[in-house]
Formats: sequence, structure tokens, C-alpha cells
Amino acid sequence: MIRTAVAVLRKDLTLELRTKESVPAMTLFTVTAYVLFHFGLDRDSLDGDLASGVLWVTLLLAAVIGVNRLFATEREEGGIEAFLLAPVDRTALFLAKAAALFIYLVLLELVAVPMFALLLLGPDLGAALPALLPILLLANIGLAVTGALVAALAAASRARELIVPLLLPPLVVPLLIGAASATEPLLRQAADSEDLGRYLALLVGYDLVFGLIAFAVFDFLLED
Amino acid sequence: MLSRGLKPFAIASVLASALAFALVFFFAPNDADQGFVQKIFYVHVPMAIVALFGFVAAGVMAIGHLRTGDRSWDMRSYVAIHLSIILGVGVLITGAIWAKAAWGHWWLWDEPVLVSFLIVFLLYCVYYPLRFSIEDPDRQARYSSVFAIAAGAFVPVNFAAVRLAEAVTHPRVLSQTGGNLPGDMRLTFVVCMLAMALLFITLFKLELSAKHSAAQLKRLRSRLELRAERAAAGPAR
Repeated sequence: MIRTAVAVLRKDLTLELRTKESVPAMTLFTVTAYVLFHFGLDRDSLDGDLASGVLWVTLLLAAVIGVNRLFATEREEGGIEAFLLAPVDRTALFLAKAAALFIYLVLLELVAVPMFALLLLGPDLGAALPALLPILLLANIGLAVTGALVAALAAASRARELIVPLLLPPLVVPLLIGAASATEPLLRQAADSEDLGRYLALLVGYDLVFGLIAFAVFDFLLED
Repeated sequence: MLSRGLKPFAIASVLASALAFALVFFFAPNDADQGFVQKIFYVHVPMAIVALFGFVAAGVMAIGHLRTGDRSWDMRSYVAIHLSIILGVGVLITGAIWAKAAWGHWWLWDEPVLVSFLIVFLLYCVYYPLRFSIEDPDRQARYSSVFAIAAGAFVPVNFAAVRLAEAVTHPRVLSQTGGNLPGDMRLTFVVCMLAMALLFITLFKLELSAKHSAAQLKRLRSRLELRAERAAAGPAR
């Protein structure tokens, strides 16, 4: 199963490297969103809850773009049927897609977080970074798992461009609560890390629950 | 077949609702703080509990569908979600009225149960566009079931997460609706809860049997049309 997943993942990454479809679009979107927030909030620099909220809402909405494109090539070129014909475990496709989305998110954040610090963040990012990294990691896992499930659900629908932006945001509200609340004290003028453990536990719990659910039900989305 | 027990359930829910309303208006005392308006609690809370239970039950029924491949389980899951959504509209409206009367605001973000309910409601609203944008009936049933399972598991996770977020900023004891109700109020509440649950089951059975008859009618009609076509084509041959 792992070998199949790695093969599909390598195919996805090669495709992304050649077409440059998802990650640049997601990155561009985040920078545009920062500009929108700058004018919408009429603030030159943000800190505390405002900074954490803007950062996380932007990242979650950028993830919507990635999720929307996640099964795009499979759908257009009939890859799902080909995959079903092959004598391999179907869960491998889920693993590969979640891993691909995870990598896209990491690549996105490599640009989006420093850009946020440059454009909008008041306090210094360096001090917050050590505690921010585990939050980003756990939120990415949760987003990747839920995103892959939502992408697969929407893939069969006629209205898939509609389903992903409607379905993903409410599903990731617990993730947003955990990530934004954990980040908020880190981005204050006087950086702090209160309640970090509690929110990290929430993120771990979310990742586990949705990881297991997606793992259990994904097979049924490919049965034809 | 599906409507079995519909009549007793209908009668029971009418009686229970009548009793519940009588108790609410003539038996339960007015709340010391909030006065008469607190009585909306007897509609709002049972409705919320039944709706949430309906959402989770829909997830369980969806598991039944995926395990057995029997599409009638998917239909049950769909009807449960549909009714819970309708109750959900009622919950949000009565909740807003209660919040306005008791606290002076139509909406309070520091009320974790209300906020969690809104998120769950928004999520389940997506069930309709998802379900009806898939044409193949087998696939529609399967995808809807997967949605119902994921969303059913989401309900408790979401409630825990929202409460966690609120508990930090507003530490308080959340026993308003639970343990410390005085006896008269608790009795009234239990009867209201029962009435709402019976109403839900009755509507569930009614809707299922209506869906079933509609499907049967469609089948019969297509068979008749086929026969008429054959009859028309017959003499020409």
C-alpha cells in the first residue's frame, strides 16, 4: 500500500512541478488576501488575536483552492477508473492525496508565513516561530486529511466547485479554533504561550478523529 | 410496510404534545429571573437535543447503508438529516428569541452550545447540494452516507472544540439546563423532551412512507407506460 501511495504521490508532485497549478495559485491568493485585509481592516500592522485570525483564515481559504484542484487531473483524464482497474489497495489513493495536500500546504506556508510577517505582522516572527511550527504541522495534517476526504466527496458531484468551498470551512472550524487560539498569544506584543498544550491536544484529537474516519470511509467513495 | 406503527406514534405524539403544552403553560412555575419568557426553554432545548440526536442517528444509519449496501438505510439517513435541519431552523430561531429576551441580544458568541449548533447546522446544509448534484442513484447513496458519517462524527468534536475555546475566555458552570432544575420544571422538561422525540419519530415514519409510496408510484407508472407502448406497437406488427 505504501509503495502505491508513494507512486501516486510522486506522480502528483511531478505534475505539480511541471504544470505549477496549485501551489502558486494558493500562494498568490494568500498575498492578495493580506492586501485585502490591510484595506478591509485599515491597519498597517496586526498583533494578537487579529494577526492570528487573519493568518489562519487566509491559510484555510487558500487550502480550499488546493482541495478544489486535488482530484482535477484524475477527473479530467479518467485516472480514477485506471486506478480502480489496478490491483492495489484503494486507501493508497487517499494516503497519496492527503500527503500531496500536506506538501502543498507546507510549500505554501514557507512563503505565506514570512510574507505575513513582512506585510502585516507587528511583533517579530522569530520569537513566535518555535511554538508556531508544531501548530502549523498539526493543522496541516488535519487540513490534509479532511481536505482529501472533501475533495473525494466533491469529485463525483456536478457542482464540485461549489461543494468544496461550502463543505470544507465548517468541517475545519475545530481546527481553526485550535490553531488560531494557540497562535494568538504568540503574536502578541509581549509574546506568551499560555494554553498552548491544551490547543495542541485539540489539534491532535482532530487529526486522529478525522484521520480514522477518512481512512474508514474512503474506500466507499471509489466503488464503481 | 414502512408506515407500520405510524398511527400509534401519531396519536402518542399528539397526546404528548398536548400534555407538554398544558404542563408548560399551567403547571411549570415562571422562572424567578427571566419570568414567562423562560418557557421557550421547553421548546428550544428538546428541539436542539432531538435535532442533534437525529444528525448522529443519520450517521449510524449511513453506516448501516455502507455495511449492507441496502439503499433504504440511505433513505432513512436522508430523512433523518432532513427533519433535523428543519428542527435546526426552529432551534436557531427560538434560541435567538430567548437570547434577545434573556440577555438583550439576538445572538451571543459566548454561548458555546448555540455557536456549536450553528456550525453543525451550516455543515449539514451542504448535504443537499452534495446529494442532489450526484446523478447516479447508487453513487448518490454512497456519497451521502459518507457525508453523513463524517458529519455525524464531527458533531461531538465540534462541541468539544467550541466549548474549549469559550471555557478559556468565559469560565463558568454550565449546569443551567441540566442538574439543578427544580422538580416541577424538570417534570415538564422531560414530558416536552418525550413529546418532541415522538414527534420526530412520527414525522420520520411519515416522510419515509411518503418517499416509499412515491417511488412505488413511479415504478407502477413506468410499467403501465411500457405496457401501453407495447399495446400500441402490437397490432402494427
